[in-house]
Amino acid sequence: MIALVDYKAGNLTSVRKALSALEAAFFTPESASELETVDGVIVPGVGHFSSTANLDASWRGAIESRVRAGVPLLGICVGMQWLFEGSEESPDCPGLGVLPGRCARLLGNPAEGIKVPHVGWNALVPPAGAPSKLLNGIAEGSQVYFTHSYAGPVTNDCVAATTHGTETFSAAVERGRVYGVQFHPEKSSAAGLRILTNFLEVCR
Amino acid sequence: MLSKRVIACMDVRDGQVVKGVQFQDLRHAGDPAELARRYNVEGIDEVVVLDITATIEGRRTLADTVRAVAGEIFLPLAVGGGIRSESDAATVIDAGADKVSLNTAALRQPDLITTLANRYGSQAVIVAIDAKRHGDRFAAYVRSGQTDAARDAVEWAREAESRGAGEILLTSMDRDGTKSGFDRELTAAVSSAVNIPVIASGGAGGLEHFVDVFTKGRADAALAASIFHFAESSVHELKRHLRAHGIPVRL
Repeated sequence: MIALVDYKAGNLTSVRKALSALEAAFFTPESASELETVDGVIVPGVGHFSSTANLDASWRGAIESRVRAGVPLLGICVGMQWLFEGSEESPDCPGLGVLPGRCARLLGNPAEGIKVPHVGWNALVPPAGAPSKLLNGIAEGSQVYFTHSYAGPVTNDCVAATTHGTETFSAAVERGRVYGVQFHPEKSSAAGLRILTNFLEVCR
Repeated sequence: MLSKRVIACMDVRDGQVVKGVQFQDLRHAGDPAELARRYNVEGIDEVVVLDITATIEGRRTLADTVRAVAGEIFLPLAVGGGIRSESDAATVIDAGADKVSLNTAALRQPDLITTLANRYGSQAVIVAIDAKRHGDRFAAYVRSGQTDAARDAVEWAREAESRGAGEILLTSMDRDGTKSGFDRELTAAVSSAVNIPVIASGGAGGLEHFVDVFTKGRADAALAASIFHFAESSVHELKRHLRAHGIPVRL
């Protein structure tokens, strides 16, 4: 059973629809204590980093405890940014901190037509020698759908980087059983569904 | 590198896809869910459902249409037409839309842009601008192109960005349905004035029109309706053509 964490930031309709299409067993927990028995946790997210403040001490504690127990965790978009130590978008709001580094605003380059937010389909480029369970079967250069203005740094946890103009950021991260994707797999056609399937596999 | 997006638009009236020439003379093009299923496999990057239903009774079917379309695709889905309030937006977002497109309501009550951007994020808010040439400038129109809003389209796009819009959907009323090409001067004027993506619309008739609007028009995305509905041009063919001209696309 997968827990889809709803912290009241935007809607979960698309993620629910994708999980249903993949025949995943999932629910939206009412309280953090319901995470105790789950096989995987998904923290989705659209909108502002400050909305992750709704994940209070009880949720953070429950999610950290699941991570320590080796239960797979997937952060999507703002949910991935939350895995880092924090974000420039809301400096006073701490991230979960299971990944080192902080998220920063993309700068773009208006004169060159490089716009922010970064909206649309862009390519996944895995760094050399970075095997990934999450991206199993995803060919280098596969395109996925992004919509964001802030992004996480390319660290040792990066399993796919993406470049917008001259800026390169982490599109997918993996550290032990902690996974994150800056893009929206639920909006990324066949490639996105494959990535969600890979996550469901590691939850088995 | 960020790909240029090819977007399919469905104009929907009373639950059926229709397409007009210069906003008139509609002809049937099919069932929305059936078209969506085709787009999902053909390589369309995004789908827009635009409700052009005139009656309140007809509008009630919009949520059903959105649900049916959303059930067929794992692509971004934007919905517009007659969205006048936060609750109208909530209805289509709850039905599966990722973005709402505001037109008349954004000009009449610009605070709605900010309200929706705060609630759902700017990425969920498109401001649609219907523009018509007035001499050497572009005027914004509202009420499905019937009323001159007495606003300059470029200046309005800038204000929409500052109020929280995440994208601009820019339709050339002069070119809409004519298949004579996008208005690349209009598109370039707006795209250069804002730092958010601009979706060019109105006039798509052939492969060269897309090359033109992505290069000279500086569009981030291009939208077309009838050339995809009536299968006059395959999406793969279009994208191969764009790539051959050095335009980044998802293939």
